[in-house]
Amino acid sequence: MSAAQWRKAMNSGAQAQAWPRQRRIAPAAGAGSVPEAAGENAVAWPQWIGQRVSARHVIVMLAVLVYPWVATPFFTFQIGGQSLVLGLIALSLTFLAGYGGMVSLAQMTVAGIAGYAVAIFGTSSMAEISLGWPWWLVVGIAVAIATVCATFIGWLSVRTEGIYTIMITLAIGMAFYYLTVQNYSVLNGWQGFQRVLAPTVAGLDLRSPVPFYYLALFWALAGYFFVKYLVRTPFGIALQGIRDNARRMNALGFNVTAHRIAAYAVAGLIAAVGGVLMTWYNGLVTPGSVGVSGLINILIIAVLGGMRHPIGPFLGAIVFVLLQNFAIDVFDRERFNLVIGAMFLAIVLFSPDGLLGLWVRLRARLEGADAQSRISTRGASRRL
Amino acid sequence: MSKFWRWFWGLVIGVPIAVFSVWALATNERLFLVTLLNGLTLASLYFIVAAGFTLVFGLMRNVNLAHGSLYLLGGYLGYVLAEHTGWYLAAVAIGFAGAALAGLAMQVSIFRFMPGEDLRQTMVTIGLSIVIADILLWIFGGQVHQLSPPDWLNGPWRGLPVINAYSKFRLALLPLGIAIGVLLWLFLNRTRVGMLIRAGVDDRGMLSASGVNVNLVFAITFAIGAGLAGLGGVIGAVELSMVPGEDVRMLLASLVVVIVGGMGSVVGAALGAIILGVAETFGLAYAPTYSVVFTFVILVLVLAFRPRGILGQPA
Repeated sequence: MSAAQWRKAMNSGAQAQAWPRQRRIAPAAGAGSVPEAAGENAVAWPQWIGQRVSARHVIVMLAVLVYPWVATPFFTFQIGGQSLVLGLIALSLTFLAGYGGMVSLAQMTVAGIAGYAVAIFGTSSMAEISLGWPWWLVVGIAVAIATVCATFIGWLSVRTEGIYTIMITLAIGMAFYYLTVQNYSVLNGWQGFQRVLAPTVAGLDLRSPVPFYYLALFWALAGYFFVKYLVRTPFGIALQGIRDNARRMNALGFNVTAHRIAAYAVAGLIAAVGGVLMTWYNGLVTPGSVGVSGLINILIIAVLGGMRHPIGPFLGAIVFVLLQNFAIDVFDRERFNLVIGAMFLAIVLFSPDGLLGLWVRLRARLEGADAQSRISTRGASRRL
Repeated sequence: MSKFWRWFWGLVIGVPIAVFSVWALATNERLFLVTLLNGLTLASLYFIVAAGFTLVFGLMRNVNLAHGSLYLLGGYLGYVLAEHTGWYLAAVAIGFAGAALAGLAMQVSIFRFMPGEDLRQTMVTIGLSIVIADILLWIFGGQVHQLSPPDWLNGPWRGLPVINAYSKFRLALLPLGIAIGVLLWLFLNRTRVGMLIRAGVDDRGMLSASGVNVNLVFAITFAIGAGLAGLGGVIGAVELSMVPGEDVRMLLASLVVVIVGGMGSVVGAALGAIILGVAETFGLAYAPTYSVVFTFVILVLVLAFRPRGILGQPA
């Protein structure tokens, strides 16, 4: 889709005004101001922290750290761990779609490739295929392979642009799914690989709920801050420029294709880490993990949360996982797809910015003109 | 493309295929010919389904990812009718009409209100496909539904040279696919509505500026595109079978057909369907565990050298 259509789809005028973070990015875009800002930050660290870290950040951080000590193992592992892992994979889509304007449905495929690599090079119940290498080597190889595959997928899909991306990545993802079903010599067909377990590192069993939760939390936070950092670097700014107007960026001398492929590679790296964690979480990797419903679930999570900020996919993942686990009590278990499909439809039809968009609109309505003026003064003070 | 390059690519692609054909004919000519026929009849089904997809995409830039669900819907509707009455032709008609109505409802109640927002439309079709697939699963369950062909097409056709016998129904798909292709061509090139559709594919804005009711043209196109999916569903209910998951398979086939053939082009859909159908069946016959790799390689090659598809025009 063209940049203008993308903005129309993911953005409406009122929200763009009520979105403080978008405004924060804007000043850094002026080329001259970047080095100055960096120098200023180096001198005044406490001030920098005070500017950026508010009470809600501290509260959220404490909450996610304390969470496993108050929650039952079920909530720690099934809800907390799974949300973080799915959120991390969906974060890669948010980065690609929200900042790069490319909606790829193949992010779960990248995660699945990493999972299959972990099973093939590491240990599983299929001793004939699995090579049984040490876990640190296996994880490195898996992430590397998946990132290379993601770059290749990116190279293929950036040859056309816009709405074609979604078709091509969906076709690639489905083709990989059918390959995993068909192929028995390397991918072990329909059964996939069972008992692909997380290792025990320095006496810490990463299979048990609390260590796994902290492992997932560490990588989720790493991914979150990595994306937050990256979108403020020259690369990230250029990527957003390409999202908004690729022709203009091309005219300014930016290599549009290279930036897009690099974005796929970065998103692939994030998805690959998520894929390794997902495989350890499930303890298995099967064609079902990379099936069409898996691919679409990642899109649902990203859209549900909202694609305008890296916290979106994690919010979406929490809602998704809660629905998945507790929709059984309200509806028939078999009808989960109907519930999630209807919810996705409602979000797409009525709030294209997802839950984050709802929140921003709600806050704007509650605070009214007060919030508007505060945002504009904040924007003005940062510009000075 | 210059004459030299056309020859060069013709040789690069043609020579290995010719060598393979000669080898396969020499070793087992029956297997080769049966596989070829299977491929062409599968291509016929793919063409019918993908033609609807490409028609909708070409005019409205709407990637209808619920196309597979419409296929399944048409198939189940035809199945129910054929089970109760035994009229296969009525089943085909109801499959077409039911899916066309569903498509019309989608266009009139949802997509009309989001013109130009192709990403949002696509996401809506994803949501719809999940919902439709789950409702169909709810009603019909997960078991395999197989529709039997009408009596006059049941059983094999005996006495053919070399291959001895071949299913009458599958053989009948070849003329059916060609007939639908010709009808579609006549409709698009010889009728007023077809002319409007072609004009819309070329320039939507100009069409609406010249006083045509674009919404009506869109609704007709969407109904025909969805109806073709439903028609394909009734045929697929006999040739393959109806089971949850077939919708995804047909969606993948439609996607690959239009990516390979060129998006928005009906002739491209025919070309893509033949390439995909033949490649898939030969893959299954000669390299069963890697057959999808052929599909993938074709996709990659086309995207690498002709990103808009073989017959695709730059947008």
